[in-house]
Amino acid sequence: MNLRKFMVLGVSAALAVSAFALAGCGGQETATEPATSQPPAEELSGTIQIQGSDTLLNVASAWADAFMDANPGVDISVQGGGSGTGIAALINGTVDFANASREIKSEEIDQAKANGVTPVEHKVAIDGIAVVVNPANTVEGLTLDQLGKIFRGEITNWKEVGGADKPIVLLSRDSSSGTYEFFKEAVVAAQDEKAEYAASAKLLPSNQAIADEVKANDAAIGYIGLGYVTPDVKVLAIDGVKASVETAADSSYPISRYLYMYSNGEVDGVMKAYLDWILGPEGQKLVADEGFVPLP
Amino acid sequence: MTPASLTPNRRRLGRTVTTRAAEAVLRALIYICGWLCIVILLAIAAFLVYNSVRSLREAGLTTMLSGMQWYPTSDPGRFGLAPLVVGSLLVTAVALALAVPVGIAAAVYISEFSGGAVKEVSKSVIEFLAAVPSVVYGLIGVAVLIPAVKDSFGLSSGMTALTGGIVLGIMSIPTVISISEDALHAVPVELRQGSAALGNTRWQTTYKVTVPAASSGIFASVMLGLGRAIGETMAVLMLTGNAAVMPHGVLESVRTMTGTIAAEMGEVVQGGLHYSVLFTVGLVLFAITFGINLAADLVLERQQRRWRR
Repeated sequence: MNLRKFMVLGVSAALAVSAFALAGCGGQETATEPATSQPPAEELSGTIQIQGSDTLLNVASAWADAFMDANPGVDISVQGGGSGTGIAALINGTVDFANASREIKSEEIDQAKANGVTPVEHKVAIDGIAVVVNPANTVEGLTLDQLGKIFRGEITNWKEVGGADKPIVLLSRDSSSGTYEFFKEAVVAAQDEKAEYAASAKLLPSNQAIADEVKANDAAIGYIGLGYVTPDVKVLAIDGVKASVETAADSSYPISRYLYMYSNGEVDGVMKAYLDWILGPEGQKLVADEGFVPLP
Repeated sequence: MTPASLTPNRRRLGRTVTTRAAEAVLRALIYICGWLCIVILLAIAAFLVYNSVRSLREAGLTTMLSGMQWYPTSDPGRFGLAPLVVGSLLVTAVALALAVPVGIAAAVYISEFSGGAVKEVSKSVIEFLAAVPSVVYGLIGVAVLIPAVKDSFGLSSGMTALTGGIVLGIMSIPTVISISEDALHAVPVELRQGSAALGNTRWQTTYKVTVPAASSGIFASVMLGLGRAIGETMAVLMLTGNAAVMPHGVLESVRTMTGTIAAEMGEVVQGGLHYSVLFTVGLVLFAITFGINLAADLVLERQQRRWRR
């Protein structure tokens, strides 16, 4: 009986402690002020919440780390999850910036307006999309038109574009990634808006998965971000221009796109300082380090 | 006074207000826990239906289920789920074709024929296999199985339903083994002894007595293995190529329902039509697994009734 009483006491004690701990958590949360209300001071301080594109995740984390090192009073958290997730979080007011590898869609702008949020677009980097094949492939380059035909399934054998007699294995990013939509606009449906990727195209979940398969399969063709190009894959020249940081920056390479950050309204305070830093020389150097193309 | 009439009295006297209160609280907690599962299941179903309403209204369930084209980000989007449903079922069928014979055979060996150290070691190895994260299986599949399937069948690409199915099968095997083994282990030793006394060999005892006696448990293990295979996401996403075309065989690329949800959920406009369609995909998957489990329960029920007679 004594034991039982002891147990009851123990349980209630545990409950009391956990309730106390929960209350403590709540207190901490309310103590964190939204970054926008911080007055601009000489010593920057505040917190910035960022969520969104997985394409941008590495460079966004590198920015956050470097900026926090230089400004110990600033706390920046970066999460992935995808462009749509990030923009939804911005609309719901849970983050300060949304990273996106695509432009915000009209439907999302409507949702934002309904929620009293005004998304403002900031271009933060350029992503060059390299078309890659296996190093054993004898094809060195394609025209943009040929590339479109290949990805629409109109050209199905490498011999039609001067290669070996082998069926082409199409590798694409998954149908929801910003890269998929961009490549469709720029290549697959460049002439005809209604055109679609060939249904036989394999849709792989990441840049790395495409690079790995191209490395292993001598009949494969795929497209990946410049940062994922390694000596194990061969970059094709498109309309005579090979994808590189230089050709993407001066727009002579035809398949490159912007990467974005969205904020609610014009930025000020610590958020403005952060964005200016990203667009400045230090931030853009990290862009190049992570395999993307700095803004011109 | 007899001790029987005295004891309850004494007990009642010994109970204080606190212990009685504690007992009442605990009883309520246990009661809640029992109902919680049902509530959670209903809540999941309601959540899926609520989020699919838009697509059911705008795209239509039959149009989606019979549609052959999956171009969700086109304008207007085309949401044909048929290739995804068939893709999931095909990969699962391959997985079961591998996991069921291998798993049951292994369970029979471990339970009936192995002994001592072999038994203990193999049981813990199987438990360990079950704990390996699916992404690790996926990585091994990418490195080993994709090239192997490509070369052995002379294909242009090794990303096929077969590749995904084999890895899912390997992932389901531990589930099938451990639950089948438990079922075989639970067969009373008297049955085996009785069979031996009638002159059956060990092998005859196994397939005539022990395995039939454990059949409901073995069946349950197959169902759980099926559930593991059809719900697995990461490995199929990495291995099957995810081309949304109606497959004509296991040597073609397939796109599964789980892989579709996982790959697309992060990028869609939340609350949009495509988002809602993904919830419909989840609803279809939920309905399929629910149907399979229900059917399995009914089969088990009937079997148990037969054994009782």
